[in-house]
Amino acid sequence: MIYRNTIEAVFSMAIIRTLNLTKKYKDILAVDRVSLAIEEGECFGLLGPNGSGKTTMVRMITAVSPPTQGDIWIFDNDLKTHSRQLKAVLGVVPQLDNLDPDLTVLQNLITFARYFNISKDEAYKRSMEVLTLFELNNRTNSRIKELSGGMKRRLLIARGLINRPKIIILDEPTIGLDPQAKHLVWHKLTELKYQGITQLMCTQNMEEATILCNRVAVMHLGKILDLDTPQKLISKYVGNKVWEIKVNPDERVAAINSLKRGGVNFEEIGNKIHVFNMEANKSIQDLVNSPDRLVQRPSTLEDVFFRLTGRSLLE
Amino acid sequence: MKLFSWRFIRVWQRNRDVFFRLWHSEAPGFLAEPVIILLAMGLGLGAYVGLIDGQEYITFIAPGIVASYSMFSASFECTYGSFVRMEYQKTYDAIVTTPLNVEDVIAGEIFWGATRSLMTGTIILIVAAVFQLVHSPWALLVPLVSLLAGIMFAAIAIFFTSIVPAIYSFNYFFTLFITPMFFFSGVFFPLDSFPKIIQNLSWIVPLTPVVHLTRALFNGKFEINLLWAVALIIILTLLFFSISLVTMRRRLTA
Repeated sequence: MIYRNTIEAVFSMAIIRTLNLTKKYKDILAVDRVSLAIEEGECFGLLGPNGSGKTTMVRMITAVSPPTQGDIWIFDNDLKTHSRQLKAVLGVVPQLDNLDPDLTVLQNLITFARYFNISKDEAYKRSMEVLTLFELNNRTNSRIKELSGGMKRRLLIARGLINRPKIIILDEPTIGLDPQAKHLVWHKLTELKYQGITQLMCTQNMEEATILCNRVAVMHLGKILDLDTPQKLISKYVGNKVWEIKVNPDERVAAINSLKRGGVNFEEIGNKIHVFNMEANKSIQDLVNSPDRLVQRPSTLEDVFFRLTGRSLLE
Repeated sequence: MKLFSWRFIRVWQRNRDVFFRLWHSEAPGFLAEPVIILLAMGLGLGAYVGLIDGQEYITFIAPGIVASYSMFSASFECTYGSFVRMEYQKTYDAIVTTPLNVEDVIAGEIFWGATRSLMTGTIILIVAAVFQLVHSPWALLVPLVSLLAGIMFAAIAIFFTSIVPAIYSFNYFFTLFITPMFFFSGVFFPLDSFPKIIQNLSWIVPLTPVVHLTRALFNGKFEINLLWAVALIIILTLLFFSISLVTMRRRLTA
């Protein structure tokens, strides 16, 4: 698996390539020899539980934190030696709000544009453009603390576009947002993808990854476990349908034993057992003798996530 | 060690814009306080103190007040101010994803801190001139000394900021470093009123050379030991500026 990724990373025409990317903190291996190739125009998702190394990957790819080992190329330039030029064409949307609370909405964008050496008039023009795109043009003179969580997140994304980046890198773009705000952000990100802007995002929201990403990589303990389109990962690991069996604590052991005897793939999640890769209705009912607590539903990326990264908490 | 580039000016501009938006909330610190100290000590205590080196007490302390408030301005700006931007507002994190590097951010912070010293020093100089406490045209060079002192104190402060675990740690910096200098660097009393050991110690701490240079420019009287003062300012500036570039990079890119 790692080997295949390495070859792809070396030979592909990808816009972002990482080769054996490694980050070590004292005795923790946060990212372990990750090789990736992100193609131009795609939306690429990094999925993984807390502490799996996603944010560390992003910090390295945005030249904020140097890798312990390995290389990153963006547009065929080595990030180590071309960090300034490459940072100039990246848009970065952080997970935590780091908008400037001392400045208004508009001043935030104009000040940020100045870091990219964009002239004053041009900065104003672009600021109004991105504010309109993100439906914030009636809040230009608001202070940051007057904005709602959804508005702040939209402003962060708008700020990430001020240098007209070819690539935007987003860390958990909709974390903590209400459903309306979340869908608005998804809608805008989809629009950006159609404009040809390559996107790399970290997320723990499986629905988000399914809706937005062309390909996703599932990370765990600093490694990439698998990488493919959401649909292919679903058929590969969990099949198209998942059976959910609700079990009482006293029946748990018996149910698990009978599933084990049947040789099927399953995961215990809370008070439910999820059974994967079982198409036929009959066989599962044979295995479990209380059909009224059986539900069949379409599989999702979340099932893949559980299947690949296990059910226990990492932290 | 990596050097900073011209792009530091963008951080300086950011801080300038915020300062002129909110300056009225900071005015008591950098405007009113030094003038109050100058008048209260100069007139109040001065009534009980005889001439020092042939000068009225208020004339003696005026250059010291310019020097020490230049120190305070840069020190507050690059400790509490910088720490809040770095840890609470995450302003540095946002900036380093743009073409600016950590070194540009730190240089921008230091030169902004120095600009605060320049402004403070110049304002107190003008107040002192209005009270006829300035006796030499050489005093026109006082803002330059305030600026150089500002760069030095900002570099020392930002070095401390790069190593502190929490904002409360700045109490140590001010209680054990800044405040003692305020009293033992020749601002309020001539150095020779202290025991020999404090006098010697005083000549290697950073405020003393600034006080003596400023006083020389106020009076137009120059002595040979001012060369040591200039040398000390240059040495400490280069030392702390370069160390803080390294320690800040380590802190921010972990």
